[in-house]
Amino acid sequence: MSFTAIFFFVGIVGLTLVITWWASKRTSSASDFYTAGGGLTGWQNGLAIAGDYLSAASFLGIAGAVALFGFDGFFFSIGYLVAYLVVLYIVAEPLRNLGKFTLADMITARFDNAKVRGTAALSTITIVLFYMIAQLVGAGALIQLLLGIDYWIAVLIVGFMMTTYVLFGGMTATSWVQIIKACLLMLGTVIISFLVLKEFGFSISTMFKEMTTVTDSGAAYLNPGLKYTNGLDTISMLIALVLGTAGLPHILMRFFTVKDAKTARSSVIWATWIVGIFYVLTIFLGFGAAAFVGKEDIIAANAAGNMAAPLLAEALGGDILFSFVCAVAFATILAVVAGLVLSGASALSHDIYGQIIKKGKITEKEQVLAARIGSITIAVISILLALGAQTLNVAFLVSLAFCIAGSANLPVIIYTIYWKRFNTAGAVTAMLTGLISALVLVAMSPNVWNPVEGKAIFVGDPLIMLTNPAIISVPLGFLGGFFGTLLSKETDDAKYREVDVKANTGISVQDVSH
Amino acid sequence: MGNNQAKKGIVIDYDTIANQESFKSLVRRKNSFLWSMTAIFLSAYMLLPILTSYTTILHQKAFGEITFVWIYAAGLFIMTWGLCHLYVAKANSFDREAKAIIAEYENGGGRR
Repeated sequence: MSFTAIFFFVGIVGLTLVITWWASKRTSSASDFYTAGGGLTGWQNGLAIAGDYLSAASFLGIAGAVALFGFDGFFFSIGYLVAYLVVLYIVAEPLRNLGKFTLADMITARFDNAKVRGTAALSTITIVLFYMIAQLVGAGALIQLLLGIDYWIAVLIVGFMMTTYVLFGGMTATSWVQIIKACLLMLGTVIISFLVLKEFGFSISTMFKEMTTVTDSGAAYLNPGLKYTNGLDTISMLIALVLGTAGLPHILMRFFTVKDAKTARSSVIWATWIVGIFYVLTIFLGFGAAAFVGKEDIIAANAAGNMAAPLLAEALGGDILFSFVCAVAFATILAVVAGLVLSGASALSHDIYGQIIKKGKITEKEQVLAARIGSITIAVISILLALGAQTLNVAFLVSLAFCIAGSANLPVIIYTIYWKRFNTAGAVTAMLTGLISALVLVAMSPNVWNPVEGKAIFVGDPLIMLTNPAIISVPLGFLGGFFGTLLSKETDDAKYREVDVKANTGISVQDVSH
Repeated sequence: MGNNQAKKGIVIDYDTIANQESFKSLVRRKNSFLWSMTAIFLSAYMLLPILTSYTTILHQKAFGEITFVWIYAAGLFIMTWGLCHLYVAKANSFDREAKAIIAEYENGGGRR
């Protein structure tokens, strides 16, 4: 490991620790811990959303996928971006107007029931754990590759860092780690993209023209079909991407860190522009890697293509740019896992302990203590699972998380806000149907079963051919909520009118008290 | 601490607001805007994998070696940014209406 690499890594670790120290002095209430006291501005929260959302899978995974499969790799970029419209149009504002810390808060604004809250917390924790294991296993493999240290040490380093941010600095520290990471990531991506364009004489059409000859796929590289050959599976994957984002707990949680719906809106604008520009640039990262690193070298470094972007940085910018990009990848992982720990802890400590076990009768001091214990619990469980999952192919864990989020969380969010007849039984059945069907369908899929030994977890024929079952499980989640509602006679129109008024006007007691 | 600090003695009568004609009209127009736009952008988005999986229309060259599938993808990016700003413009006008609705409720003596 070179001197510049050590310099960048130490710089990032040092900077984030200073932020954590500064944030720890400002974290005294539960609201500070979970939502930074609701005090972030629009651009801050927008950058933090982008920093939370652009995981290593986006940065390293999509660059690698575009490098290896051309347009098919770019499908993810499109799905992840358009997903923001679902968040903005359907979910963000009502959630902000009704909730306090978590998704369960929003649903129980209508149904005051421990079962509803418990089920929402269960689905949140499931999504967080799957997502987290994927991030940690990926992080371990990456740091092992970059720094040459053992996998288990790498996982422990990341685990220790994320726990430190959350434990001492709560959402304030986590948000600033995400903001800094978003800036560094954009800087690195813009520099590499500029260098790639320069190699092609600043001509996009020259770049596309050259891409038809540099890979062994020829002109087919610029068209879909290299990776995804099963139409239904492609469609299903794109459904999971576009609908799953709106149900991801760590993204939803970011809407509670601003003071009102107007600020929530402006933060999504910031996030959409940053995330969109980033995903446009993944074309340059991918094409550049294919042209200037070459498929063989990319696969030799990592079979999934995860090293494409760092190798491209090295090819065009030498040791300094390579070290910088590696440090950015490290910061990316830290920012995302810290956000995940917080959303898992909020479900565990606020929903299950504070609201269900203690029935809301809990002092401010106990809430903060519970939040810290919950964070440690989530961190320890995920670190242990990640240490055991080293050899697992983790790409499907991420798609599973998106699939559960779209199947279990999105239907209940939409029904809660927009369907008058919806009731407690419907909320529970919607979440359970979505959660269970996503899990069962993935357990029967080619991710888990493959006739060739070593390609999946078990040897055997998959029962369904879909790698991502969203096309089945999302409708099942909606149907589950629909029939669950009709099977129960319970209705409460007055409560719905209250939720409707709150969601649409953002009214609070302060508005009428002057 | 935000919105959750309830001031004593003030209860909002949600039923009164929900029954105001102005509120009903806002919700109707808001929902029809939100859901019709959602239907449009989701259709535009889902059409891409359908076209690429079952036809080769988008495989044809548009400019030089750039095929139509890239143009379509670029279109989805521009659509996302555009609809994002359209939403905010609309939401700001809905906000003003919501304020007027709350004022109407206050003037109507909705306090108990």
